[in-house]
Amino acid sequence: MAGNGAVKISVKNLKKNFGSLEVLKDISLEVTEGEVVVLIGPSGSGKSTLLRCLNQLEKVTSGQILVDGCDVTDKHTNINKVRENIGMVFQHFNLFNHLSVLNNMTLAPVHLKTLSKEEAKEKALQLLTRVGLADKAEAFPSQLSGGQKQRVAIARALEMNPDIMLFDEPTSALDPEMVGEVLAVMKELAKDGMTMVVVTHEIGFAREVADRVIFMEGGYIVEEGTPDEIFNHAKEPRTIDFLSKVL
Amino acid sequence: MVMIIQTYWEMLLKAMGQTLLLCLLSLVFASVIGMIFGLMNVGHNRALNFIGTVYVDAVRGVPLIVLAYFIFFGIPAAIQGLGFSDFRLTALQAGTIALSMNCGAYMAEIVRAGIQSVDRGQMEAGRSLGLSYGAGMALIVVPQAIRTMIPSIINQFIITLKDTSILSVIGFPELTNVGKTVMGNTFRPLQAWAIVGIMYLVVITILSKVSKRIERRVNRGR
Ligand SMILES: Nc1ncnc2c1ncn2[C@@H]1O[C@H](COP(=O)(O)OP(=O)(O)OP(=O)(O)O)[C@@H](O)[C@H]1O
Ligand SMILES: [Mg+2]
Repeated sequence: MAGNGAVKISVKNLKKNFGSLEVLKDISLEVTEGEVVVLIGPSGSGKSTLLRCLNQLEKVTSGQILVDGCDVTDKHTNINKVRENIGMVFQHFNLFNHLSVLNNMTLAPVHLKTLSKEEAKEKALQLLTRVGLADKAEAFPSQLSGGQKQRVAIARALEMNPDIMLFDEPTSALDPEMVGEVLAVMKELAKDGMTMVVVTHEIGFAREVADRVIFMEGGYIVEEGTPDEIFNHAKEPRTIDFLSKVL
Repeated sequence: MVMIIQTYWEMLLKAMGQTLLLCLLSLVFASVIGMIFGLMNVGHNRALNFIGTVYVDAVRGVPLIVLAYFIFFGIPAAIQGLGFSDFRLTALQAGTIALSMNCGAYMAEIVRAGIQSVDRGQMEAGRSLGLSYGAGMALIVVPQAIRTMIPSIINQFIITLKDTSILSVIGFPELTNVGKTVMGNTFRPLQAWAIVGIMYLVVITILSKVSKRIERRVNRGR
């Protein structure tokens, strides 16, 4: 589960402004292969923005982000190619509402010709089985529960065969009884060695699965360490203060 | 009234045909214009946004009748002035251009609103899978936008069908123009315009019934 050393993501002095608002002030961070990094922090601290910079859904203001050694902030980089390798799971699932579960999953690989139609379908059915939704292939998103939608969204991302998965509060929009089924899928992924960056308020998940926990506030990384170091022996007063509210 | 119909039915039906021809041609071109300028307006390219906004505002800001005069009389005069002394536009050509431009501007707004009604997360999910902006638009956003656009599109089509009557001013032999002839020949304005009005009404009612059916069909797959 723990990282084996090869650097997958390297962020150097990342800054991001929205107009005059400085959201990320000076972020440097490395994620190694197979590592599970959990980002925590109060609302507005910039967790989503950081995650979205990693696959360039947000353009950075300054600094550098290397994914597999490839500088994604360089405008000569083919960002679409890089994104094929970085799956992303959103808080609100963002399933394509006009397409069946199966077509949600096969759309991108078929269009991008990373898989043939038959291969894509076969792979989608395997993945759906893996997330426990083999019987939902023909369903439309509107016919699924929140937990099922999110599991489809994860499967859809996995269909591209990514090396890295980004999760932005994947369980925050779910009814409490559905959180477990999504976290279970994520735990499986972590166990299989996926490199993961997860923004979440699920401290239990972080304790169990994270190799490293990063606490962000006000656009800075305030403190980072193993789950034990952060949750049981935090050093920074701001971390302690935040944890006292969420634990 | 019966006498008018007996005498003029062929002329009136032919005029209806001209109305429908002008309308149909204009709708086809307007759809293309609307799609192009609508997409220009939702993109993030400042220059394209600017062109799109100027087009929509300019065309919407000018009465159709003025646009029709401008294209029918103004444009040929300008081109003749450049030395092409034989250049003319037929009433059908000028009418189609004017109506396409007019309807196209409204369609552009419908397309823009439709695309903006689709949650931003849809495009983001597409992009995060590696799709280009264009592929995300074509495969994910536009198909969903069209569903919300359909009622407005139908509405616009009906307005455009009625707007063909304005092109009577440049002498295009559509229904309203022929209505004038009938009135002049018979001295029975009440009956003549009642017949013309009913003819519009029938065609538009059929058009909206058919459209409603299409709308329902499209929405069923949701
Ligand atoms: N597209 C945007 N335009 C302007 N401001 C933005 C935009 N996106 C985020 N922000 C601002 O940036 C700041 C950080 O937002 P971000 O979403 O990264 O925080 P977060 O840590 O993910 O918070 P939350 O826990 O509420 O999701 C907030 O003040 C937010 O209002
Ligand atoms: Mg967030």
